[in-house]
Amino acid sequence: MTATPLLTVDDLWVRFPGRAGLVEAVRGIGFEVGREKLGIVGESGSGKTMTGRAILRLVPRPGRVTARRLEFDGIDLLSIDERSMRRIRGRRISMVMQDPKFSLNPVMSVGKQIAEAYRAHFPAGAREARERALAMLAAVRIRDPRRVYDLHPHEVSGGMGQRVMIAMMLIPEPDLLIADEPTSALDVTVQLKVLAILDDLVTRRGMGLIFISHNLPLVASFCDRVLIMYGGRILETCRAAELHAARHPYTRGLLESLPWIDRPVRELATLERDPAWHDGPLA
Amino acid sequence: MNARAARAAMIEVDRLSVTFGRGRAALEAVREVSFRVEAGAAFGLVGESGAGKTSVLRALAGLVADWRGRMAVAATTLDRRRDRAFYKLVQMVFQDPYGSLHPRHTVDRILAEPVAIHRLDDAEERIRWALDTVGLGPAFRFRYPHQLSGGQRQRVAIGRALILEPRVLLLDEPTSSLDVSVQAEILNLLTRLRAERGLTYLLVTHNLAVVAHMCDRLAVMNAGRVVEELTVDELRARRPRHPYTRQLLQASLGYDREVAAQLETFD
Repeated sequence: MTATPLLTVDDLWVRFPGRAGLVEAVRGIGFEVGREKLGIVGESGSGKTMTGRAILRLVPRPGRVTARRLEFDGIDLLSIDERSMRRIRGRRISMVMQDPKFSLNPVMSVGKQIAEAYRAHFPAGAREARERALAMLAAVRIRDPRRVYDLHPHEVSGGMGQRVMIAMMLIPEPDLLIADEPTSALDVTVQLKVLAILDDLVTRRGMGLIFISHNLPLVASFCDRVLIMYGGRILETCRAAELHAARHPYTRGLLESLPWIDRPVRELATLERDPAWHDGPLA
Repeated sequence: MNARAARAAMIEVDRLSVTFGRGRAALEAVREVSFRVEAGAAFGLVGESGAGKTSVLRALAGLVADWRGRMAVAATTLDRRRDRAFYKLVQMVFQDPYGSLHPRHTVDRILAEPVAIHRLDDAEERIRWALDTVGLGPAFRFRYPHQLSGGQRQRVAIGRALILEPRVLLLDEPTSSLDVSVQAEILNLLTRLRAERGLTYLLVTHNLAVVAHMCDRLAVMNAGRVVEELTVDELRARRPRHPYTRQLLQASLGYDREVAAQLETFD
């Protein structure tokens, strides 16, 4: 943990008005992110995706975000106007979503989209933006950047599409990257390559990374610290390398319900959900 | 070795090739794949996307038109067209339980359909038995798929597959779209059913940990071919012979910067 955090979140709530009253997707969570790899893990409905979206003020309507503090590099993200927010979004805090198919423009070549992402944030000519985009495609381990530059989204594979997305999000050199299941749709070998790119950006450039995932073993081996979310709350925070020694019964239950290649069991443990995890004390 | 050869094969696949498209656009998705699965065994087909593992499963299920080679189930060689007797013997469970259940049919109707197609007259008894077997109470019988959780939907899909009392289940990534705690419940259910009913499983997945938990043996596929067949014990002991399998195993064990730097492309 660095001395001055890049992002400070304190008492963050995300609420959605519904027919049966207010649905609370995120319930009063707090954490800090430095120039590190912070994992947020949880099952579907845990609030992990809404947490990532709330930081960028991308919670869909009619959702409402409140917090005692939501501060990025000394900027109060809740009080600034939408124009100022747009200067931060993409340029300083960027987000990679799970499925590239829905995030890329289908009628523009992928290279142009990356170049455009660069020009949206920096005063650069078309040629310079193109050179930057080609360099970025090479940086995300695309073998033939010149050929791929001219392809349209439907012409690239899922793994390549996700790397294109990551190139687009990284080209403005953000200080903080929020990656929501960025590698879940990828084959394990491609996944590893993409993670190595993110890893290098954190260690070499000092970027902060929030890595949202349902994959506990992956987060344990990749991140520095992990938050475990359940029912909109953070149940437990620990060093990623010590996730196997997690104390909260929910975290323990999740770990025990997983099959492992080198630890055979006859039957997998199933999770007995305790109502106290929803409102009870935190670990 | 002799003792093993003596046990009856439930599934035999011999030099199976599957082609999609024709002429210059033809894609050979499966190339001369051979393996056999003994009665009562669980066999895994693993590999990355595009490896051809699902195409093998679909060819066996009769969902692919263009295939060459020989396939047999319970010592009966399969024709181009599968008759009703085949589907009484072999059923399939798909990855996405939402996509594989009719959204406007109740669980009752979903379960009744195969019974009606096969003109069996004990539908009532079979539906009750199927719901009970997959751990869904009678309360679920008149619900629609959208009223169920992902895990409950997959239980319905398994119940539908079991209602004809088949001897073989073809499982295509049956837990890939489920949360880990729900995955454990479904895998336990499948393990219990195999033990109780002596079922034979052919399980397709990209998840080596799931294969290690569920299967006795596995074949690793890459670019349409089986690169290696090995036992789960050999996999656990990290003793695969083929470099592709070794790489897949290493990458499956979690993130490692050194491993990531050394990854190769196998074509």
